[in-house]
Amino acid sequence: MNTLEADRILAEELRRIAPDVDATSVDRGGDLREEFDIDSMDFLNLVTALNKRLGIPIPDADYPRLGTYAGFVAYLSEKAG
Amino acid sequence: MTQFLMPSLGADMDAGKMVEWLVQPGARIKRGDIIAVVETQKGAIEIEVFDAGVFERPLIQLGAKVPVGAPMAVIRYDNEPAEPVSAVPAPTVEVPAAAPPVEAPPAAAPPARPRPGARIEASPVARRLAAEAGIDLAAVRPSGPHGEIVLADLPAAPSGAAAPAQPPTGMRAAIAAAMSRSKREIPHYYLAHSIDVSAAESFVSRHNEGREPAERLLLGVLLARAVALAARKYQEFNGHYVEGAYRPSTPVHLGIAINIRGTGLVAPAIHDTDQLGLTTLMAAMRDLVVRVRGGRFRASELSDSTITISSLGERGVETLFGVIYPPQVAIVGFGTPVTRPWVIDGMIGPRRIVSVTLAGDHRVSDGHRGAMFLGAIEDLLEKPEAL
Repeated sequence: MNTLEADRILAEELRRIAPDVDATSVDRGGDLREEFDIDSMDFLNLVTALNKRLGIPIPDADYPRLGTYAGFVAYLSEKAG
Repeated sequence: MTQFLMPSLGADMDAGKMVEWLVQPGARIKRGDIIAVVETQKGAIEIEVFDAGVFERPLIQLGAKVPVGAPMAVIRYDNEPAEPVSAVPAPTVEVPAAAPPVEAPPAAAPPARPRPGARIEASPVARRLAAEAGIDLAAVRPSGPHGEIVLADLPAAPSGAAAPAQPPTGMRAAIAAAMSRSKREIPHYYLAHSIDVSAAESFVSRHNEGREPAERLLLGVLLARAVALAARKYQEFNGHYVEGAYRPSTPVHLGIAINIRGTGLVAPAIHDTDQLGLTTLMAAMRDLVVRVRGGRFRASELSDSTITISSLGERGVETLFGVIYPPQVAIVGFGTPVTRPWVIDGMIGPRRIVSVTLAGDHRVSDGHRGAMFLGAIEDLLEKPEAL
């Protein structure tokens, strides 16, 4: 998957969880959970939604790579064929 | 026939606004069915029934204020005689003069969606700010992912002028009422303890390995389950203090404090928490968090909690001291887990430590029992396999 597509999908799924945060205005290198004010339950729901949508496993062990918006996009574009 | 009364909405709210009837006159209803939606300071509350029967007719018009305890509808339950018997005198209903509660004739049954007066979907923060600014949500064009109104859809507030001092509104007013009453009436005492959750965290990691995200656990579920099991044993922390007397509860309905982004917090109950295994409890907590953040939950979830936990999760500070939600008599607070040097069998090593606190009601219990209660939570969390 190319970066633009991964970016669009991540922004869409984040919007379902934090509808009042605009993904285009956040710090892409900042802490994702801080930027979107999401807790561990929100984060798990985000991972669950992306797992269902893209069919990639996203194990707990990969969470460190998902700490920033930019890192999350890179991870998705790498893992989702 | 029986008058169905507006249920309690918890200690901090005494009325709601009727926004939607979900059943037609003559409809069969069963235990747990949602018959109506009422708008409150905390969001949309679903009103459920607790016995099977037939919904005869509504007694409240859309848009009318419904005080707690006011007759909302007439229901003929299966376990009662068919003739109209009303042993209870109808309480007076307090409503705005412009919208008296009239018995809707059958012809005026609620039409199919969309209906006038139906609830407008909006995010909690957009709803709060619109209410504060006097913006009519019906005039706002929604752009949210589910067709709801989000913050960005609201017209920008006039800039330049400093906001005038205002009394709290909406959910903040509800929190202010409940917490002021708590601090006025409940003689709190506080205890704090540090618990090693290394084993509990490893248990969660092992459980989650190789599992789909939908099947995974969070540490917070283990914390909730440990508190529920301990509360079942230590009855002076699980119940309600009403009319000068403590009434312990046999069921444990654990209230979970849930932060709603930009709005405040609510602490709805998960019914019979102590009867739910970890995976069932995890599913119940996920469901509750999603519904609450979407601004919609059930009246019984707001009024039934017998003890509450408040947990800061992974982003927070080390210790949280709670304020008891009346008429409950205890609240357990968990801070953010931290890595600390810890002594085990004479050796120092890094361990994952979480601070746990208890705010207890001194009319019902004291520090000695409180310490045993926190000790029981510690024992449970140190042997997560037994949870």
